[in-house]
Amino acid sequence: MIPTLRRTLRTPQGIAVGIGLLVVALVAVFGELVFGDAATVRTIGERQAPASLAHPFGTDDLGRDLLARVLVATRLSVLLTLGATAMSVAGGVLLGVVAAVLPRTPRRLVAAFIDMLLSFPWLLLALFFSVIWGATATGAMLAVGFAGVPVFARLVNTLAASVASADYVHAARMVGSSPLRTAARHVLPNIVPPLVVNTATHASVTLLSFAALSFLGLGVQAPEYDWGRLLNEGSQRIYLAPMAAIGPGIAIVLTGVVFALLGELLSERRSGGRAGRAQRPAAAPPRQDPPSLDAVVDVAALRIAFRGPGGELVERVHGVDLHVGEGEVVGIVGESGSGKSVTAMAIAGLLGPDALVTSERVAFRGIDMTRAVGAADRRTLGLEQAMIFQDPQSSLNPALSVGLQLREVSETHARTPRRVAARRAVEMLRLVRIPEPERRLRGLPHELSGGMRQRVMIAMGLMGRPRLIVADEPTTALDVTVQRQVLRALRDAQRSTGAAILLISHDIALVSGFCDRVVVMRHGVVVEELDARRLHEARHPYTRGLIACVPDLTTDRSRPLPVLDTADEPALLEETRA
Amino acid sequence: MTVTLGSLHRASPRAAFVLRRLARAGATIAVVLVATFFLVQLVPGDPVRAALGPTAPPETVEALRTQLGLDLPIGEQLTRYLGGLVTGDLGVSVTSQRPVTAILAERLPTTLLLAVASFLLAAVGAFPIGVATAVSTYGGRRRPLDLAVSGVLGVLVAVPNFLLAVLLIAVFSVGMGALPPAGWSGPANAVLPVVALAVGPLAYLARIVHVEMLRVLAAPYLTTARSKRLPPRLLYVRHALPNIVTASLTAGGVVLTGLVAGTVLVETVFVIPGIGTAIVSSIVTRDYPLVQGLVLVYAALVLAANLLIDLALAVLDPRSAIAEG
Repeated sequence: MIPTLRRTLRTPQGIAVGIGLLVVALVAVFGELVFGDAATVRTIGERQAPASLAHPFGTDDLGRDLLARVLVATRLSVLLTLGATAMSVAGGVLLGVVAAVLPRTPRRLVAAFIDMLLSFPWLLLALFFSVIWGATATGAMLAVGFAGVPVFARLVNTLAASVASADYVHAARMVGSSPLRTAARHVLPNIVPPLVVNTATHASVTLLSFAALSFLGLGVQAPEYDWGRLLNEGSQRIYLAPMAAIGPGIAIVLTGVVFALLGELLSERRSGGRAGRAQRPAAAPPRQDPPSLDAVVDVAALRIAFRGPGGELVERVHGVDLHVGEGEVVGIVGESGSGKSVTAMAIAGLLGPDALVTSERVAFRGIDMTRAVGAADRRTLGLEQAMIFQDPQSSLNPALSVGLQLREVSETHARTPRRVAARRAVEMLRLVRIPEPERRLRGLPHELSGGMRQRVMIAMGLMGRPRLIVADEPTTALDVTVQRQVLRALRDAQRSTGAAILLISHDIALVSGFCDRVVVMRHGVVVEELDARRLHEARHPYTRGLIACVPDLTTDRSRPLPVLDTADEPALLEETRA
Repeated sequence: MTVTLGSLHRASPRAAFVLRRLARAGATIAVVLVATFFLVQLVPGDPVRAALGPTAPPETVEALRTQLGLDLPIGEQLTRYLGGLVTGDLGVSVTSQRPVTAILAERLPTTLLLAVASFLLAAVGAFPIGVATAVSTYGGRRRPLDLAVSGVLGVLVAVPNFLLAVLLIAVFSVGMGALPPAGWSGPANAVLPVVALAVGPLAYLARIVHVEMLRVLAAPYLTTARSKRLPPRLLYVRHALPNIVTASLTAGGVVLTGLVAGTVLVETVFVIPGIGTAIVSSIVTRDYPLVQGLVLVYAALVLAANLLIDLALAVLDPRSAIAEG
């Protein structure tokens, strides 16, 4: 943590915060010594002077320089802030720890009480407490300090609970570490860093709270003064000398920002650059031959790159060619990271703005997918292209009824009346064998099982007049029996519409059983393309490896299944390039 | 109890949620009642002496003690306090010798108007800003715009409302002479206070909406919606917005309760005769009956705001995700 901290402090933000803290500390310590005279000497001739070169913030009604008073007030403001923050932290840690070690019922009661306190804004709590302790500096410190206790109590309680249930704490307990020792050795060190971060942030809040109370006249009382008090006095003369109010305001905001930035800096552990948007190259790559119109999908020399964590471009797909004919069922097989899903998303034109796509051609039924599509082409795509994604839990909108999600493609793109679309939706749900389709239409996606959702996705793709269904690992998240239902639905869909299917999977057995043609991808290139019935003729060692991994009835069960050997990687790559 | 709640939970998670929140509000009310009652007892030393100061003659102190009922046994004080609450009698203000309920009735509408108007301004302003900035910067696009917007919003969240109020007066009242700097006599008087109250919450809400919208835009179901080639209006309004409702409403609750408290400061700056100025002066003068009444009213406002948000959640939350909390 220390080297990280040192590195953080060397960043421009770190240096700024360091300087800010140093200035606040210096002014707090030496402010009175240097500016004390100017802040107290009364110059009757210069009473209530507006801002000038000699008095940048003007003077008060006794002719005292307000800039000097703001600087001198730094000490009291900061001390009261630190005192109140310390009270909040100490009280919060105490309450939080007590709440964590209590038996179940009282622990829940204390937690509920903390929640209740948290539902009230701090100002109301502070006002409540200042009734008790009165409108004095100490009273306000107690009030602001107590008002902050629930914040830290909740934080400590949550942290302690999460750390106490962590595996390494269980492990420590298993080897016989006593509760006290566990707390000291394992729980505390993990609570302290977030506590420090929150203390810095809370100091900023406390500073503002204190200023607010003093501003209301409930905090520091004359002749003592802090920034809130000065702001209070200044705002009463705002018509004559606005700087008298704005000056202390600047001090409050700047110091508050320094504390807040300190908290942000301490919490910032993430390093490195951020993902930037990939830039499209200026010149479009030359087209070699016109796209064939009879192809559903026609891809030539597709390259896809993403911006890496350091900002550098990482190419994930290195020049893929792919052709899917009318009604053809094509499978793309490959391990994760082979670029198969990204290729499919590029075909659908659905890659995010962070992806950089270059190609000779990416076309869907003659529509160029590499540029923004026009309104007519968008209609065609909406009606003729369907997508099914891997995770059925999140690919349907959780907030919209199943019926609406089914209907909207035909309603939007084919202007189908709602009732007609609803009738078709029922038909399509029936086609994918969903029981009680009328009732399901009214429900929300979370009422359906994972397999049902995938079949709803298929039905959704059938609502237009699909020519291509892209199914990206549609069965990976499902168990085996449900997988069969989904694949059967996909097969039924293909038979009833004659749409082409692009099935993406890591499972060569599934793909070869379902598809006409298999495309094997690895490391962003197509290593082999085969007729699904002639898989045994595969020549590429990677494809052969994939096939050998699949057990069948004749597999020798006395020997372990073969494992794809990464030792022959260079050889594989050589062969791929050849 | 757990059995019945459990079965209700299965039958109707929304109803169970509302019941649970009502029960929580009831418990909070009870705690608030006890706390306000003991508020006077908790004052260190003699509360009446603290109110009147060390120079007040003993007869005056005793007279006030009798008037406040502090000479009675504690049990009887509590019965009288609760009995008064039931009959709508909150006692008589020490400083003005008027019934506390009359003062509240006179001042509460002003504060409510301020809080509601600022909340509406914040909510109406935050949604378009949050949604538009999220949509236009999604996926690392327009990085400078993203940074500028989050920077400006961050500053606006950080500036406390009483400072903003002073700045607004300096610019618009003193500088331009466009709007009245204080008082409460017409709609023009409400402009600066409402703006001062609304800007911070607006920026906070806009940030929440922005972040939530970015989360939803990256969700797989939005890719599904994009694959349907829906026009942007349907994509954002129909598919994205309903999914940020829960988080935005929850943040809205925080904002609303914060606004209720924020009125205290803004009323003081603009010298507005609401309950905020009343609570400050009654704390300074230690007008116990008035303070108790005002604290009760503020607590009730906060509870009402929270309940309102809870009810809105129960009606609007699409997946009854609320069933968990």
